[in-house]
Amino acid sequence: MTDEYEHYEAIVVGAGPGGAAAAAALARQGVETLVLERGVDAGSKNVSGGLIYAEESAPYTIDDLFPAFREEAAERPIDEYLIHNIAGDKVKTFDLDRIHHHDTDWCDAVLRRRMDSWLAERVHELTRETGGGLLTEVRVNGLLREDGEIVGVTCDELDPIKADLIVAADGVNSELARDAGLMNWDEPEDWFQGVKAVVEMEPEVIDERFGLDGEPGAAHLFSGDLFETVRGGGFLYTNTDSLSIGTVFHLDSLAAERAEPHELLNALLTHPLLDQWLQGEYEEREYAAKLVPDSKKVAHPSPHQGRLLLVGDAGGQMQAQGPIIKGMNHAVTAGGLAAEAYADAKTRGDPAKAGELYERKLNSEGVMDQLRPSRYRATRAISESGVVTGVGSTLLNSPVGSAGLKALGGVAERAFNSPFLLGMVPDSRMSYVEIPIRIAEVLGEPIEGEGGTIEPPKLADRIGDLTYDVGDPHIELIDDSYAASGTAVTACPVSAEGFGGGCYRDERVKTNGEEKHLVSLDTQPCIECGTCAVVADTHWEHPSGGKGVEYKRG
Amino acid sequence: MNTLVLTKGVPDFREGKVSFDEDGHLERGKTPTVMNPNDKVALQAALQEKVRHGGTVSLMSMGPPGYKEVLREGMREVYADDLYLLSDREMAAADTWATAMTVTTGIATLEESPDLIVAGFKTADGETGHTGPQTMWCHHMNDRLPDRPLLTHVVALDIDMEEGRLRAKRLVSGDVDEIETVETDLPAFVVMDPEFEPSYRKADHRLRYKDLREETKARAEAFEDHLTMWNHEDLNLDPDFIGLDGSPTIVAGVDPIPKGPAEREATPVSPDDDEAMNEVLGELTPFAGGD
Ligand SMILES: Cc1cc2nc3c(=O)[nH]c(=O)nc-3n(C[C@H](O)[C@H](O)[C@H](O)COP(=O)(O)OP(=O)(O)OC[C@H]3O[C@@H](n4cnc5c(N)ncnc54)[C@H](O)[C@@H]3O)c2cc1C
Ligand code: SF4
Repeated sequence: MTDEYEHYEAIVVGAGPGGAAAAAALARQGVETLVLERGVDAGSKNVSGGLIYAEESAPYTIDDLFPAFREEAAERPIDEYLIHNIAGDKVKTFDLDRIHHHDTDWCDAVLRRRMDSWLAERVHELTRETGGGLLTEVRVNGLLREDGEIVGVTCDELDPIKADLIVAADGVNSELARDAGLMNWDEPEDWFQGVKAVVEMEPEVIDERFGLDGEPGAAHLFSGDLFETVRGGGFLYTNTDSLSIGTVFHLDSLAAERAEPHELLNALLTHPLLDQWLQGEYEEREYAAKLVPDSKKVAHPSPHQGRLLLVGDAGGQMQAQGPIIKGMNHAVTAGGLAAEAYADAKTRGDPAKAGELYERKLNSEGVMDQLRPSRYRATRAISESGVVTGVGSTLLNSPVGSAGLKALGGVAERAFNSPFLLGMVPDSRMSYVEIPIRIAEVLGEPIEGEGGTIEPPKLADRIGDLTYDVGDPHIELIDDSYAASGTAVTACPVSAEGFGGGCYRDERVKTNGEEKHLVSLDTQPCIECGTCAVVADTHWEHPSGGKGVEYKRG
Repeated sequence: MNTLVLTKGVPDFREGKVSFDEDGHLERGKTPTVMNPNDKVALQAALQEKVRHGGTVSLMSMGPPGYKEVLREGMREVYADDLYLLSDREMAAADTWATAMTVTTGIATLEESPDLIVAGFKTADGETGHTGPQTMWCHHMNDRLPDRPLLTHVVALDIDMEEGRLRAKRLVSGDVDEIETVETDLPAFVVMDPEFEPSYRKADHRLRYKDLREETKARAEAFEDHLTMWNHEDLNLDPDFIGLDGSPTIVAGVDPIPKGPAEREATPVSPDDDEAMNEVLGELTPFAGGD
């Protein structure tokens, strides 16, 4: 039977930026490459906030691999980069120009459906010439092994396929990385959850309200007390005829505070500071969410096993550089390096060495140190401890602290712009919430808007507006007790306490006079964000090829 | 592996396209003509075999010149390498028998005799389901054509080119639907069941499918370059045996079958209303035996 399996020299699973980069680089080396993507279209499953960076120091950038990328697949360049520190009705805005431009060749806002489907067309052309190609609506469901060795992949829609190289670029909830035992979905503190709304706005209106003049657009970040005490922040990026507005929160904080992701997004949308741009008008085109790995904690130092190489989110290669989120660029770099490693290994006559070479390149090119800064590792243990946070906030709140801040206003802005310092920033409430609040309190100016002038859609409408072609349930609740899985009722971006139309609901069931607090799951409205794979006790898989949610914008 | 698919144009019965006059008669002039939906299934089957084994897919129809668009639709939306339209006045108003005669002659006139002829299961307008099998019958009577076994209601196809064998799954409807697996030699004639769905379990097949779909869409832009038109003289057919004159069938009349009224009297009952629910149960009890 085995001999009947199809064989390709390389298989790339996933057609996001990581997979596209790997496939293009492999095809350019003449490697017969098959790309398998589960969405109806590449990009139909993907969400990002929307800023893709091309770093000067990176060995591969997206426009190296796809020359027309910026003109044809991106929305607009982003030049202006500001962070708003908010406390009550006061705001202190810092210009993050320096950190934004640090090591940056260019940075563009993107929408993923357009970007990824454009990339996929190029990838198909390139890989088809090698005898491979790109297929959509195929879900890879596991690794094919022979005598314990990884030799290929198994799929829902196709017979098993063998390959000499398997690139898992299947994103944050990589089923292949989990199958290989390289990644797990256990700890909420290893992840962020990103939620985003795409808001329609006419190009001229965008330019007028954001004070833009033609091409380059703006990025605005938000931190402080607008999300109460949940650790994370908000963003707003200008596209051509829409805005991307969203939030990124530490999943452990979201879970511990029982916060509702859609309400946090609404808190941002209805904040007085946004009045100047929305001016009482709000047309939401799409609501989306996805888990985001925190490379500081989960970037796998050795992301390979046998013929399997992990690229991008699948290997945890998503860097949060303070408020700047860099995932797409690192996925591209890693994809390029994986292809290069395989070509080198082949030249040396030992393709099996690809994984080892890949790891070496991630280190020698400095990628691993960006993803897992040694500074962070050194300072994490003390800076995230409650004692330091306690002392820190006491100090911040003392008259001495605020006098210091006043005197050092300029320095604070510089500190925000320091890649060196940002690499050490602890993931504590102090850095996300308390410092910005104190900055705003001490240095801030009053916000002019009134807030609450727009009404974001209800969760039920947000779900109803999304496109689904639902297949069989793809998530199984293993432990339905509230104690084990109840967090999902709030943390799931399409569920909410007391809301019956979402995925997770909590129920009180009386049996034999005893009342049990249980959780029930309906996967119909699922947007495949991956959150409940971490915060609930589930058996979590992606839906079959072409099934499930379909993003039109991403 | 060369396959010929037979097709016919039918009124577009989809909501919003179809138009009826006051008496409920179809207004042909106002209703667009499209490819018979079941024939697309046949074309899908032909494409599946082309993907798996190479060769060509030809699409043939008999009808007015306007059917060119029907052939083009098949080429664009599914696949065809070349198109054949058998068309002139003498062929008009044919019943299934005269159609079968004409089409069979068209097949005999093809340069190469196809390995497989595929027809769709009944048309959306005539609903006879005759033309496929009758073409087969005419085929047997034509000594220029090879014998072909006829398989109907085919829901899955598997061809072994080396052996020249065809294995098919047939849907046999009855009290219980059954799937019958049959094997036969090529060349053959198959009528696809609407339940047929092409199956591509190999990446290579899906990639080839993608290539062929691109090619055929491009070809449909200049479809006339791939279209052959034959009239009765090209086919050497006697006008007395085709068209209206060659049609033994007389449709004596068409009676509409009245449907039951759409509205009935109903008494809504809340499942929480115990008394009302008991009454409902009481009314249902006599029927609980199942007869
Ligand atoms: C709200 C939010 C904001 C963000 N903001 C930014 C930002 O501003 N800048 C930035 O650089 N990054 C940002 N990110 C992170 C960024 O989106 C990711 O790091 C990046 O998309 C990772 O790329 P990837 O190629 O590794 O994976 P993905 O882009 O996730 O692609 C994975 C692909 O694999 C496919 N796939 C998955 N499983 C299978 C399977 N079993 N079989 C077949 N196909 C499969 C998926 O459909 C998908 O197409 C943000 C993320 C979120 C959620
Ligand atoms: S059910 Fe799970 S994967 Fe689906 S949207 Fe909710 S949290 Fe995300």
